[in-house]
Amino acid sequence: MDTPKRHYARPLDLKRGHIDMNHGAGGRLSMQLVEELFARAFDNEYLRQGNDGALLPPPVGQRLVMATDAHVISPLFFPGGDIGCLAVHGTINDVAMLGAIPLYLSASFILEEGLLLSDLKRIVDSMAGAALDAGVPIVTGDTKVVEQGKGDGVFISTTGIGVVPEGRVIGGAYAQPGDAVLLSGTIGEHGVAVLSLRASLEFETTIRSDTAALHTLVTEMLAAVPAGAIHVLRDPTRGGLATTLNEIARQSNVGMMLQESAIPILPQVDAACELLGLDPLYIANEGKLVAIVAPAAAPAVLAAMRAHPLGQAAACIGRVTDDSNRFIQMDTRVGGKRVVDWLSGEPMPRIC
Amino acid sequence: MKYIDEFRDGALARNIAANIRGEAEPSRHYSFMEFCGGHTHAIARYGVADLLPPNVRMIHGPGCPVCVLPIGRVDMGLRLALDAGVMLCTYGDVMRVPASDCMSLIRAKARGADIRIVYSPLDALKLAADNPQREVVFLAIGFETTTPPTALAIQQAACEGLKNFSVLCCHVLTPAAITHILESPEVREYGTVDIDGFVGPAHVSIVIGSGPYEGFATIHRKPVVIAGFEPLDVMQAILMLVRQVNDGRSEVENEFTRAVNREGNALAQAVMARVFDVRASFEWRGLGEVPVSALKIRPEYAVFDAEHRFDLNYRAVPDHKQCECGAILRGVKKPTDCKLFGTICTPDNPMGSCMVSSEGSCAAHYSYGRFRDIAVVAA
Repeated sequence: MDTPKRHYARPLDLKRGHIDMNHGAGGRLSMQLVEELFARAFDNEYLRQGNDGALLPPPVGQRLVMATDAHVISPLFFPGGDIGCLAVHGTINDVAMLGAIPLYLSASFILEEGLLLSDLKRIVDSMAGAALDAGVPIVTGDTKVVEQGKGDGVFISTTGIGVVPEGRVIGGAYAQPGDAVLLSGTIGEHGVAVLSLRASLEFETTIRSDTAALHTLVTEMLAAVPAGAIHVLRDPTRGGLATTLNEIARQSNVGMMLQESAIPILPQVDAACELLGLDPLYIANEGKLVAIVAPAAAPAVLAAMRAHPLGQAAACIGRVTDDSNRFIQMDTRVGGKRVVDWLSGEPMPRIC
Repeated sequence: MKYIDEFRDGALARNIAANIRGEAEPSRHYSFMEFCGGHTHAIARYGVADLLPPNVRMIHGPGCPVCVLPIGRVDMGLRLALDAGVMLCTYGDVMRVPASDCMSLIRAKARGADIRIVYSPLDALKLAADNPQREVVFLAIGFETTTPPTALAIQQAACEGLKNFSVLCCHVLTPAAITHILESPEVREYGTVDIDGFVGPAHVSIVIGSGPYEGFATIHRKPVVIAGFEPLDVMQAILMLVRQVNDGRSEVENEFTRAVNREGNALAQAVMARVFDVRASFEWRGLGEVPVSALKIRPEYAVFDAEHRFDLNYRAVPDHKQCECGAILRGVKKPTDCKLFGTICTPDNPMGSCMVSSEGSCAAHYSYGRFRDIAVVAA
């Protein structure tokens, strides 16, 4: 009796191949892309269930936190990271900023026809590495392909689920006058690293994106002080520190008084911003957090931050004030005062 | 940051502030105009006003290149981008300048116009070389600081024989604007506050030197102190102006000796003179028509002149009726005197020129200084 012929499919050409419309059509090629690239990289027990959704155990005695984040960035690869690890870190951080422990991620990809499979593999491997390092598996996902010119290589949307113990209330609305404003480290690296690669603005720099998952830092901070001492946590991403503080002031109906000389910044970032006419307070970060804490707890939280690798340069940068105008004010380094306002439009270099 | 941090040192700033307080005579008022937007920005961003005694007042002048760009000029760029289908290149801070019919370059871009932000006119030149099938126009704005690079780009285009590159020239001249503020009939009509002296431009003076300001000292009897753009530069210049006023002197002094001399950059001046000629008159947003205050491209380079190439005509468009920018630029009014300030006119929705860029006096006050208008209770 003849043995049946073994089914043969040419493996994905991960060196020279490109995404084409067939990869999104839902047939064998779609299946192959998922199996050979995504499932292999992200492998975990939930993904192995092989269904369109993941069946997850229910949390016991805790509340659920869910956050979602869409990632579009040009260029896809930048010093210190890429869109893949950024998509993992960004969503983990959004979950962690509620004081929650992130448990699961989902990821959906919009791929542009023509994207190099080698680039996609690099991005997927980077995501897998970031998820593994963070201990947060990607448990479900989806892929679509759009025609050339309708995407920017790849867009990645991630959703995260986490749990927070009953009674832990952390959020933008809980800043109180007198609270200390803490910042976990130097500002502006991510934005400047990405800007340094933008077409027509290329400049050589040693600055790397600070992209990182902050949930272990949050855990250490929470463990250092009694429950309820940390009022607000937020990561100053798009719009920078200035925008994040204004968001909090608006939600909590308070003002703030900052000390410019206390805000940590790398000299390279300061110099790049000076050259481009940008204000580092408005430049994006992807691995920093702002904590607004009860004044008595500030030293302990600050010590916990500084003991963590992602918080070594942490500093107290100001105080929350009672101000119905919700102004973020700052004592400048020369001894004057200014408002630190919302960002107005895209940060644009000044020409004068 | 070496060479920068020294000029932002808090202890030195307090020292200069103490000298200003000590030397400014309590019985009199001192009003100084800083011409440049860069100075306005430094004063606002570092809160320099808080360090001055109440009888020393700074008037924010018209030296913000984006702010003085009139609506009609932005409209010309918009017509090129929207109707003539050109690839329009310009500096980033021009993108939000309000034009007619609630338009701006950033809104035109959203409607499909091909508008590119460049950091140098040479980037625009490269786009023209890379896209030979497209007409590429560089919307050139700015004072003498940004003029030499535009001149170089035009010379380079001529050298390379580029057929698809041109410049919409909106370059303006600093000394003409200062003269206008000091003596134009419009100013007399508006009335103006006494200006006791000028903080002279930083980067502009690197190009043109300190010589062109000498007439303001000798003819108009106004002290001028050229200053760098760092907060200590500005404060030292204010101290030097106070001293000139106290001594009854009116001289051109140079605080910015690390970059500026009397003659300026002869090479840059020569390039400008070869490519540009002076316009008889030019409209400045907020100041109106100012004679011999702007540059046009010389006939030899007419093929690179977008006004000539696309047969563009200038049509003046007035600002909002209640906009007080004209009076604010002359120091007659403060931003808070304007009914539009902070209500319908904000940095996100600028109505008048002074709200457009963070170097404009209204935007600087809104973004950095408006806490001073309202008492704040500390926790």
